[in-house]
Amino acid sequence: MTADVVTCATEHDSRGGPGQGPDEEFAWRSGTLLGRAIRTAARARCVARSRRAVAGLILLVLLFVLAFVGPLVSPWGWDDTDFAAFRQGPSVHHWMGTTQSGRDVFALTLRGMQKSLLIGLFVAVVSTGLAAAVGTAAGFAGGWLDRTLMWGVDLLLVLPSFLVIAVLAPQTAGTWPTLVPLLAAFLWMITARVVRAMTISLREREYVLAARFLGVRAPRVIVRHILPQLASLLVVDASVNVSVAILAESGLSALGLGVRPPDVSLGSLIADGQSGATAYPWPFGFAAGLLVLIVLAVNLLGDGLRDVLDPASGPRWTGGET
Amino acid sequence: MAAFLLRRLVNYTALVVLAASLAYLLAAAALKPRANFEDRAPRPPEAVVEAQLTRLNLNDRTPLADRYRTWAGGVLHGDFGRTWQGEPVTAELWRRLGVSLRLLLAGAVLGSAFGILLGAYAAIARGRAADRLITVGSSLLLAVPVFVLAVLLQIVAGKANDATGLRVFEWVGESTPGASDGPFGPLGGLGDRFRHLLLPTVTIALAQFALYSRYQRSMMLDVLQADFVRTARAKGLRRRAALLRHGLRTALIPMTTYFAYTFGLLLLGGVFTEKAFGRHGVGEWLVDSISRGDVNVVAAVNCLAACGVLLAGLVSDVLYGVLDPRVRTGAAV
Repeated sequence: MTADVVTCATEHDSRGGPGQGPDEEFAWRSGTLLGRAIRTAARARCVARSRRAVAGLILLVLLFVLAFVGPLVSPWGWDDTDFAAFRQGPSVHHWMGTTQSGRDVFALTLRGMQKSLLIGLFVAVVSTGLAAAVGTAAGFAGGWLDRTLMWGVDLLLVLPSFLVIAVLAPQTAGTWPTLVPLLAAFLWMITARVVRAMTISLREREYVLAARFLGVRAPRVIVRHILPQLASLLVVDASVNVSVAILAESGLSALGLGVRPPDVSLGSLIADGQSGATAYPWPFGFAAGLLVLIVLAVNLLGDGLRDVLDPASGPRWTGGET
Repeated sequence: MAAFLLRRLVNYTALVVLAASLAYLLAAAALKPRANFEDRAPRPPEAVVEAQLTRLNLNDRTPLADRYRTWAGGVLHGDFGRTWQGEPVTAELWRRLGVSLRLLLAGAVLGSAFGILLGAYAAIARGRAADRLITVGSSLLLAVPVFVLAVLLQIVAGKANDATGLRVFEWVGESTPGASDGPFGPLGGLGDRFRHLLLPTVTIALAQFALYSRYQRSMMLDVLQADFVRTARAKGLRRRAALLRHGLRTALIPMTTYFAYTFGLLLLGGVFTEKAFGRHGVGEWLVDSISRGDVNVVAAVNCLAACGVLLAGLVSDVLYGVLDPRVRTGAAV
């Protein structure tokens, strides 16, 4: 295998195949482990060529390291109180200063970051997966399944998600893992509708019709022929969902409805710090800045992924569009 | 088309009724208005609290089904009940709706229009400086939550006020008391209201812009390479006409679905904006009422929100039908 046999963004086409002998050709096409490994490697090489994706990934990894290694290095725990230092700026003892009540801003902010990162990751996987499954199933099957699923989508959309989450979150003891299903349950419906609409038009394409008339079963047609066409939408959607989930959690906490004291999240730190933000910017500034950085890194990664993984927007590495 | 829309309308009405009922049941089951009376000092006698709660239809010792029946009967006559302090909810709801609409409409229209236009333009100018600027700008904005954006704008506006020595920017509340008594009379009052509206509107417009430009760029990129755009060019259409009439129109089809339901996000953004700028709109009322356990207010606001979202859904269906004729026949299959 050489690096050049795969044309990025078109690897699902015949053009992307290696064509270096029947064996390899077969491995490329087949659903065997080898074929899958070859395709994954090809895709990874494509991603590595997108500077934005790489930048976002590196930034994200650095933020993860900061969030999870930082507390091990910090001399202060997030629940420690330094009675000798109230409302101080960054110093050797307190790297990001202290809050009004003498808690270490560095430790507090990192604890908030850990929550944000994990919530974003889990919620995006659950909600985008759900959107893809429901949307393609409804669009491809049509009939009563379509009507039932879309009716469920409409119902969830009219259900006041904000109210449900705001009322239920305090009753689940306010620990962050219980926020994941709550947030994910209300993030997938819009995308499911878009996926359904696109599936309906893809369903009538010749290659899909050909597969169906050849007797390929519906789930396989969806996975092999419909989902690759939706990959760009789903990748962008997942990256948006990561940021939406992170923003939703911090927003809820900022309103006092999410993570509750004494535990902290970036949102509650921002809310506590914003009243004195002009005179004493440290708690607000660091929490808000890191929150923005996390979401930025996720968006960079998503944008970069879209540019390389999208099978529909044509050859990118052979000169681009004219 | 008329039959299709009528069917959707019936379907949507059923959903509104269901959603409003579920919201009431959830609020009535989970929120505890009784605590408001018990926290009072001196604590009122049990019998008084009981009678008051029953009169307001907030008594958690009345069976939920009975409370729901009383509430639904009132709503059918356009009466959303009373707050826990005994004020009628309906009148206050309409007043606050006006406050919220002034803010949200301007922000949403500005944000979505600029978002769609600049997003499409960025896709056409892919890789050029304009594209970079728009993409970086919207990525940055998308990463900044509304409650941070509001504080940042306030800090910047405060600096601008200090630098110019004028109070150009105002952001607390809806108006300055006595603004209409100035040299310009009522016109001055109107100007003052506009001034107060400026920063919150910009906050909402920026948030909407980030969302729309990002999606529109993505959709437009999918369309640009399509055969029908090339065909349109080949048959002699100018680049601008081909892109606008064939490209943008097609790229807008998936956007209509988002168009309707970013409305929900818009309402949510309104909550944070109203909180941050001290505007007494519907969103602020909802958050305060949840923490106060004010069941009837929460139910009324959610009724309103459900109607709004479904109205937006209906508009989305119409737009979809106008832009993509296949959907009309597809729905009948």
